Amino acid sequence: MMRQITFAASLALGLGSGMALAEGAAHIEDVAFSFEGPFGAYDQNQLQRGLQIYTEVCSACHGLRYVPIRTLEDEGGPGLPEDQVRAYAANIEVFDPTLNDGQGDFRPATPKDHFPHITSAGAPDLSLMAKARAGFHGPAGLGISQLFKGIGGPEYIVSILTGYEDAPDCAPGDFPGNYNKAFAPGGYPEECKDEHGEHLYPGSWISMGQPLYGEDVEYADGHSNELHHEAEDVAAFLMWAAEPKMMARKQAGFVGVLMLTIMTVLLYLTNKRLWAPVKKAAKKSDD
Amino acid sequence: MAGIPHDHYEPKTGIERWVHERLPILSLVYDTIMIPTPKNLNWMWIWGIVLAFCLVLQIATGVVLVMHYTPHVDLAFASVEHIMRDVRGGHFLRYLHMNGASLFFFAVYLHIFRGLYYGSYKAPREITWIIGMLIYLLMMGTAFMGYVLPWGQMSFWGATVITGLFGAIPLIGEPIQTWLLGGPAVGNATLNRFFSLHYLLPFVIAALVAVHIWAFHTTGNNNPTGVEVRRASKAEAEKDTLPFWPYFVIKDFFALALVLAVFFAVVGFMPNYLGHPDNYIEANSLATPAHIVPEWYFLPFYAILRAFTADVWIVQLASFLTGGIVDAKFFGVIAMFGAIIALALVPWLDTSSVRSGRYRPMFKWWFWLLAVDFVVLMWCGAMPAEPPYSIISLIAAAYWFVYFLIILPLLGVIEKPLAQPATIEDDFNAHYGGEAHGAASATPAE
Ligand code: HEC
Repeated sequence: MMRQITFAASLALGLGSGMALAEGAAHIEDVAFSFEGPFGAYDQNQLQRGLQIYTEVCSACHGLRYVPIRTLEDEGGPGLPEDQVRAYAANIEVFDPTLNDGQGDFRPATPKDHFPHITSAGAPDLSLMAKARAGFHGPAGLGISQLFKGIGGPEYIVSILTGYEDAPDCAPGDFPGNYNKAFAPGGYPEECKDEHGEHLYPGSWISMGQPLYGEDVEYADGHSNELHHEAEDVAAFLMWAAEPKMMARKQAGFVGVLMLTIMTVLLYLTNKRLWAPVKKAAKKSDD
Repeated sequence: MAGIPHDHYEPKTGIERWVHERLPILSLVYDTIMIPTPKNLNWMWIWGIVLAFCLVLQIATGVVLVMHYTPHVDLAFASVEHIMRDVRGGHFLRYLHMNGASLFFFAVYLHIFRGLYYGSYKAPREITWIIGMLIYLLMMGTAFMGYVLPWGQMSFWGATVITGLFGAIPLIGEPIQTWLLGGPAVGNATLNRFFSLHYLLPFVIAALVAVHIWAFHTTGNNNPTGVEVRRASKAEAEKDTLPFWPYFVIKDFFALALVLAVFFAVVGFMPNYLGHPDNYIEANSLATPAHIVPEWYFLPFYAILRAFTADVWIVQLASFLTGGIVDAKFFGVIAMFGAIIALALVPWLDTSSVRSGRYRPMFKWWFWLLAVDFVVLMWCGAMPAEPPYSIISLIAAAYWFVYFLIILPLLGVIEKPLAQPATIEDDFNAHYGGEAHGAASATPAE
């Protein structure tokens, strides 16, 4: 229902952000995440599994600088118990500029600290990655598909993580990076373009080596650790990292819509009653 | 011009009289909310209240956001994340403010096009129109500067592109641009001055809104027929009007509640739909985004800006006539501002003596074409500046000018208007009486 209303409204508004074009052809698959739709919620187990992947794999290169470690306790988030969060924090080294007479030094983190800001590998910070990428566009730049599928950030992440393939034969063996069919803005060898400069293969070459192959981690809850499942789990975790207040937001939105709908009905009836004599007089005068 | 005759405020109690003798504020309030209003106003007259609400919403949410925001290039982006994560309710406030700007523009465009269709800009309401245009300009400035504050990639590059427009002005352009930015490029000085002005301008808008209301309370509202309220006597005026309170207050509130229900759905369920993902990446002067796209409400004018490229004959002519001073870039800037100026000057460009588009058979078509044109421009503004979008932009931009500069002046001369109702009362009665009066009155008395 809300989708229909928002759909109509956005049609009226004309165009959403979806208008930005994909920089090249790259296919992003639609994934049905638990947190989609007006009533969708994060799956706590999935977020915990995603956290495990982030910790064991991605955190070697990527930081989460805007995410406070304490929020791992959040209801509606990963919901870890307090002592686990404290233990988790103690395993992370953070740089503290106040130590060592203002020279700064590393120390074990506490839950009050943020996840570290890692730049050494040249990898982007992942705090907002799930909101900083769009998976779906169009049609014709109208952004209408985003109304039904969502903007597609987490889907984009899944597609990147599962998009590694053997490079097409046209590419020179020493072309820098790794071929990924979902990554559009990277380098692209001239040899793989046709005479009009059109790309013969989707995607492009990304500098991140394939981080997940399947069975990279052992889940405590016994959940499948196939590549696609791992990718979904870490994408869900990154969506939470980017939008930790999603549950509260949807709830507030829902209450707002509900109250305003009730008010709309009441005001409609009041208005009708108020104008009835005026309209009746008009009817009489015209007969 | 005498206002519509109506009852004036009479202090009734001792306290009221005491206040009234010292400051006639109660009478001001009374006369404002009891103003006689044409009773045939339709649903397109509700956008004013939505706009008033938007201004209050933006100021109220903005004042709280400022308490947690830090206007510094190294801290701004992180402070917005602090609002989104740590401030109680901050995420919702921020999304309200962000999407509130979209609601504001959505409403103002409908309000403006309402005015264009029903001829609300025509004498004696030119000043109301001009004040309205000033409000619209300030809204654009405020929204543009507000978009810079989160200091994301689109903030930074949008600011770079738009302030770069001033650089296109020959000779004085670059000094002006430097002066606006507070330096050679968008930087901390820019962020600080934009922050300051973003906080100031809404209050200027509020003052102009008061003048806007003052102006149309002086002339009286226009209405869908464009026929003026009879004002020879109070009795006559009362046949055409109803007091604003309660009739229009309740009607407007009903519409406002409905609009807000949709608004809350957007804020609650898809708050980033109208935004751009790149703005969740911190500003980086070394990495230009693949497509720099302004917010949706600027797109029509952005399309006009980009429509006039160096291969268009009129640009070449202008360049030739001015000895190269007017190049394609400068021409685009002139066209963009010209498009808004043409809109502002419409009271003097429209030569028809008939106010409402309802009774203008030819005008109607051109008007709706303009509305479609506006949407097409919006779409073109979002697309890359390459064929076929560039040619569509050019045609659509040309129509904008043709409508205001050629069609409107001409129509007044060649168009044969339809008969208008004699009074607002007739229009209202015809509408609610079921059967139009005059024509075959075979209606059974019932
Ligand atoms: C060995 C270091 C390394 C590891 C481990 C790693 N990444 Fe990356 N990642 C990178 C680098 C480098 C880039 C920048 C790629 C580019 O722009 O070409 C990147 C980019 C990305 C991007 C952004 C792609 C874009 O659109 O710009 C995402 C999303 C991402 N990584 C997710 C992950 C996830 C999830 C994991 C864990 C499963 C992970 N990475 C593990 C190094 C790494």
